[in-house]
Amino acid sequence: MRKGWLMMVLALVLVISACGSNNNGNKGSSSSPSASPSAEAKVDGKKMYIPIISKGFQHQFWQAVKAGAEKAAAELNVEITFEGPETESQVDKQLEMLQVGLDKKPSAIGFAALDSQASIPLLKKAQDAGIPIIAFDSGVESNIPVTTVATNNAVAAAMAADKMGTLIGGEGEIAVIAHDQTSRTGIDRRDGFVNRIKEKYPNVKIVDIQYAGGDHLKSTDAAKAIMQAYPNLKGIFGTNEGSAIGVINAVAETKKEGKIIVIGFDSGKAQIDAVKNGLMAGAVSQNPVGIGYETVRAAVAAAKGQDVDPVIDSGFVWYDKTNIDNEDVKAVLYE
Amino acid sequence: MKAATAEIQKKRFAVNPRLQQFLAFGSLILLVIFFSFASGNFFNFSNIVGILLSTAVIGVLALGVTFVIVTGGIDLSVGTVMTLSAVMTGVFITIWGLPVWVGIIGGLLTGALCGFVSGFTIARLGIPPFIATLAMMMIAKGLALVISGTKPIYFTDDEVFMEISLGSVLGDLIPGFNIPNAVLVFFLAAVIGSLLLARTIVGRYNFAIGSNEEATRLSGVNVRKWKIIIYMITGVFTGLAGVLMASRLNSAQPSLGMGYELEAIAAVVIGGTSLNGGKGTIVGTVIGALIMSVLTNGLRIMSVPQEWQTVVVGFVILLAVYADILRRRKA
Repeated sequence: MRKGWLMMVLALVLVISACGSNNNGNKGSSSSPSASPSAEAKVDGKKMYIPIISKGFQHQFWQAVKAGAEKAAAELNVEITFEGPETESQVDKQLEMLQVGLDKKPSAIGFAALDSQASIPLLKKAQDAGIPIIAFDSGVESNIPVTTVATNNAVAAAMAADKMGTLIGGEGEIAVIAHDQTSRTGIDRRDGFVNRIKEKYPNVKIVDIQYAGGDHLKSTDAAKAIMQAYPNLKGIFGTNEGSAIGVINAVAETKKEGKIIVIGFDSGKAQIDAVKNGLMAGAVSQNPVGIGYETVRAAVAAAKGQDVDPVIDSGFVWYDKTNIDNEDVKAVLYE
Repeated sequence: MKAATAEIQKKRFAVNPRLQQFLAFGSLILLVIFFSFASGNFFNFSNIVGILLSTAVIGVLALGVTFVIVTGGIDLSVGTVMTLSAVMTGVFITIWGLPVWVGIIGGLLTGALCGFVSGFTIARLGIPPFIATLAMMMIAKGLALVISGTKPIYFTDDEVFMEISLGSVLGDLIPGFNIPNAVLVFFLAAVIGSLLLARTIVGRYNFAIGSNEEATRLSGVNVRKWKIIIYMITGVFTGLAGVLMASRLNSAQPSLGMGYELEAIAAVVIGGTSLNGGKGTIVGTVIGALIMSVLTNGLRIMSVPQEWQTVVVGFVILLAVYADILRRRKA
């Protein structure tokens, strides 16, 4: 009796979790969740199927990439699915998704590698099968992808450094709250910022760099601790949405509005509001919609055998109080 | 029989947790003294308030987890149930436009409901707590994402909501004494938790179940019912943590929460509550949570790299549990 119950609940849990993962996986898909899209494409013989495997799906950033990819898919009349692991450390899960994507025999694959080394064997398989790979967001260190659609994070962060240097008057102590010390974006943004400060602003000292995983709450506490340790701190750079929001919270909680220059990265409603009400001096934003859009376009072109540029820069923008309402800036920001 | 077990219990708790508490409290004081000498910026009012504020969310979670750990169970779902509660609070207040107090109660009830489901699957269906709450962790995480549509829910329309965490009732009463409400809520919750665990029948059965579930059942206690109630208590604390977090961030962030359960469990263990069940105190948990945040804050102020901070916290957990084992061998 008791065993029977157990089995029933187990079955229920399995069903629920299966539903859950299905939902997640197909969130970005414009196709019906049950039918295999590639089979469909083969049946009518014209609709291409392109799975997009991103680094995540929860963050607003990835939702914006997805929106861009869907836009291109609609325009070019191709089928896409968009999925990514729950956190940016789940390299294994992402490889599984890539494997499943390959098994569906797609026309091309869009792929944002969490760990480019780890993904090379699978990418080789794709290459052997003649499936073009479009790398996006961060590059894959290999020549397998036909192109890479990405923001140059180091250049974008260097721009943030220039703004910081200018806004604090070229001298003083500043700090960085970074989202992580191992991913490509984390490293590039940190180094891009730090190197530019070292090169161009000899009187500006970066007193501390702390990592808080992009967690809003932990970033808040980290920023507060730094402000506590360095009372003369003039500015803090947050390297992604969560980090930057943490810094804004820290400044608001310690009532140091205006005394500390906050510069952020990416967008999201909280950052946009902070820029509008002056809590944040400004931020650099990638163009996530553009990344998604260009990825799908490049994938379609590659699948048709057309030439594509080896690097497609999806660009970035600096936004602050003065330009946040301009149409071209608004277009790349996401809430 | 019942009285006898209770008597034995009492004797066992009278010595051990006190000593552990003393040890934990001693280490907390030592840490504070150490960091005060290591950095001139550590020991001052604003930083101490900062430490207390950063303890609030994990602290309230840890209070809740203490209850289930005392039963000899575990709750791995508190991190994501906290997130789900925050999201539900957001749904009530921002999306449905209900008053703030309804949102808060909604958040607490969400926690209680999840606790009920965990408790039911554990006590009625006989699924081990580790598995049942692991499943609940995933269910809550998924639901938080589904309900919020993977987007954060903001509370921008309501200034009052932010006051729950960051306003200061104390500061209004005594000028300059600006301790945020979140800290006040944390300590109030600790007092309530402490009374529940030490002075009520729930607490007494809680210890009895944790020490010897079979004996407790044989002495006529409806163990299943009380277990469900205990998981619901954990759920209410979890819901409260969710409300506090949402209020501090002025938004419900559906992707946060994973990993918080482990920090909460660490705080409980450092505070001297045994994972084998049957003993533990709320005061210990409060001290454990404070040790964790004093460590993090102090190491950050000393600009110790993050990687090393994590290593240090790991060692502190080992030390705390080892001290507990040593003490038990002697006893």
